[in-house]
Amino acid sequence: MKTSESRIHEKLGILADAAKYDVSCASSGSKRKNDNKGLGDSTGMGICHSYTEDGRCVSLLKILLTNYCIFDCAYCVSRKSNDIKRAAFTIEEVVELTINFYRRNYIEGLFLSSGIFKNADFTMERLVTIARKLRTEHHFNGYIHLKTIPGASEALMKEAGLYADRLSVNIELPTEASLKTLAPDKNYEEIFTPMSYLSEAITEYKAEKALIKSTPLFAPAGQSTQMVIGATPESDKDIMFQANTLYQQFSMKRVYYSGYIPIGGDERLPGIGTPPPLIREHRLYQTDWLMRFYGFKVNEIVSDEHPNLDVDVDPKLSWALRNLQEFPVDINTADYAMILRVPGIGVGSAQKIIAARKFGKLDWHQLKKIGVAMNRVKHFVVCSKQDVLFGDLTPGAIRHHILSLGKSKYTASYSPQLSLF
Amino acid sequence: MTQFIYDGTYTGLFSAIFEVYERRCEDATIIKGQNLQALVFSENMEVCTDPAKAERVLKGLRKKVSPECFANIYSCYLSEIRGMENTILKFVQYVFASRKNIEDNYGNAAVLDIAQTARKVGREKHRFEAFVRFENIGDRLFYAPIDPDYNILPLIVPHFRRRYADQDWIIYDTKRKYGVHYDQATEQVHEAVIDFTASGTDLAPTGISFDPDETLYQELWKNYFKSTNIPMRRNMKLHLQHVPKRYWKYLVEKK
Ligand code: SF4
Repeated sequence: MKTSESRIHEKLGILADAAKYDVSCASSGSKRKNDNKGLGDSTGMGICHSYTEDGRCVSLLKILLTNYCIFDCAYCVSRKSNDIKRAAFTIEEVVELTINFYRRNYIEGLFLSSGIFKNADFTMERLVTIARKLRTEHHFNGYIHLKTIPGASEALMKEAGLYADRLSVNIELPTEASLKTLAPDKNYEEIFTPMSYLSEAITEYKAEKALIKSTPLFAPAGQSTQMVIGATPESDKDIMFQANTLYQQFSMKRVYYSGYIPIGGDERLPGIGTPPPLIREHRLYQTDWLMRFYGFKVNEIVSDEHPNLDVDVDPKLSWALRNLQEFPVDINTADYAMILRVPGIGVGSAQKIIAARKFGKLDWHQLKKIGVAMNRVKHFVVCSKQDVLFGDLTPGAIRHHILSLGKSKYTASYSPQLSLF
Repeated sequence: MTQFIYDGTYTGLFSAIFEVYERRCEDATIIKGQNLQALVFSENMEVCTDPAKAERVLKGLRKKVSPECFANIYSCYLSEIRGMENTILKFVQYVFASRKNIEDNYGNAAVLDIAQTARKVGREKHRFEAFVRFENIGDRLFYAPIDPDYNILPLIVPHFRRRYADQDWIIYDTKRKYGVHYDQATEQVHEAVIDFTASGTDLAPTGISFDPDETLYQELWKNYFKSTNIPMRRNMKLHLQHVPKRYWKYLVEKK
C-alpha cells in the first residue's frame, strides 16, 4: 500500500471510531431533488445500506473532521485529557470519501461532526466549507447532516442550514445538573440557544417557501439531538419528560437515546466492562414511538408513580396492564385511536382493520390474517359483543401468559430501529 | 378445469385473463409455460400474447382500483411466486364483479394476498436499493451484480436513475440473466445482456478492468464498516435479521 493510502486508512479508522457513539443515522425527511443532473437524490424514505454487527443501521458516512478537542467532557472518548491517537481529515479528503462512497451506493450521504479545535467558529467554518463544496462544486444532492458546534455564530449556522439537510446539537445529558458535573465547559443555555435559532429558522424558511418557490431549502430534514443514557442517575421519567420538552419546544424531528458505553478514566461514570443498558435504551425508543405515532402522552407512560419503564414488557403492554378498565376493545366499533392502543396491533394493522371493517364485520380469523400479534391481542380485544375473552383478565395473569410465550421476541431485540408492539 | 398457459410476460398474463373472460371459463387456472405440469383432469389452452387484449383488461382495472393497487398487481407478478397468477386472476375477477372499489377489503383472501405479497416484493425492492454495490470497472462505468429472490430490477430502476443521473451504470440480475444499462449522455436506460462465458464468473463483465481507485475505495469501505461497529453492543441475531446471509455475496463489507 502506498503511504498516502495507508495514511487515509488510519485517519478513517480513528475518526469513524470516534464518531460511532453518536447514534443518529437517519437519512430521511429531506426534499432535495436531483434536478441539476448532479449526483444523488434525497427525496426518498431513507435507506440503511448496511447494518453493523451490533444491528445498527449504516446509512451515512459518519465521521469526525478531527478528534482533537479543547473540551474535557467526561463521557466522551475525544475529551482533551484522554490519552488516545488523534487525527484530522483535510477538507478534500472528506469530500472525496463522500463522493466515492456515494457513487458506489455505500451510503446516503455524510454525517459530519467534530471535536472543537481552536474555537467553535473555526471548527464550524470547516464543517460548512465541506458541505458547501459538496453542494456547489460537486453538485451533490445526497444527504448531509452537520453537527452544530455549540457557541458557533448565527451566520455560520445559517450557512450550514442552507447546505445541510439536517442539523443537530446534542443535549448530551438529560439534566443540566449532570451536564455541569461531567462537562464543565458546557451548559444548557449554550445548547438551547442554537436549538431555538434552528427551530425558528426552519419554520421561517418553510413558511416562506410555501409562498415563494425560489426560497432555498433550509435544513429540510429538520433538527435532531441525542442524550446519553445510563451514565448519570436520571430516571426514565426524567429522560422522557426532557425528550417531550425538546419535541415540543424546538420541534425536533428526532431525539436519540444512546446507551452509555464505558470508556474508562473517570470514577463518576460506570467502569469498563459494565454492559451498556441496551434493553433500557430499547424501551426508551419504544416510548418515544408511542409519543410520536401512537397518540400517547408522556405522563401516561412514565410518572412519579412509575418513574421507570418495565424492562420485561414493552411500554404499550405495560400501559394496557395498568389500564385494564379500558379493555376489551371491540375491533369492529372502536375508533382508530383506541385500536392503536391495543398491545399487538401496530400502525399498519390498525389502518387495515379500519379499512377492512367497512366491508363487513371482522372475525378472529381475519384479524389474524391481517397480521396482528394474536397472543397479545386476544387478551384485549373482542370481535363482537358476544365474544368471550381468551384467558382471564388480571394484569398478573396476562403478563405471565405473554412472557411465557418465548423470550427471544421481547428480550433479544435492542435495536432502536425496531418497534415490537 | 382449464389451464391457460402463458409465456411468462405481464402482457401474456393479462392476455390469459382476457381469454378466461372471453371463454366464460368458470374454473380456470393460469400457469407459465415453463412451470407446466400435466394434470389428468384438465384441459390445456395455449394463450397467444396479445398486447391489445391485455390492455383492455388493464384499462378496465385502472378505472376500478387506485394507482397503488394497480402497481401492487404488477409487483405480485414480479414476485414469480408459483400460483400467484391465480391469485391475480381471482382478484381481477373480484374487482370486476363488484360495483364499488374492493381493494381495501382485507377480509377477502385474494385482496389480502395481493396486499401482503406486494409488501414483500416492496421490502425486497427497498433492500436492493440499499444493497446494490457498484464497482467502477473503468471509464467511469459503474457495474453492480444482484440476485434478488423476486424479480425487482424493473422496480428499482427509477430510483437509480434519479440518484445516479451523472454516471453510466449497469445493474445486472445474475440469476435471471438480464440487466439494465443507464447511459448518462442520452439519459436513457436499455436492457443489457452480458456474455460471461469467457470469464467464467458472474462478478464482472469480461475484458474490462477495474479502475485503479476501485480497490482503494472498497478497502476503505470495509475499514469504515469495521470501525463504526461497537463490539460491546454486538447482537448478531439482529444483524442477520437485517442483512440475511443470502445477500452477502455481493456486499463489499461482508465479502
Ligand atoms: S466537546 Fe464534543 S468532542 Fe469535545 S470532549 Fe466534549 S463531547 Fe467530546
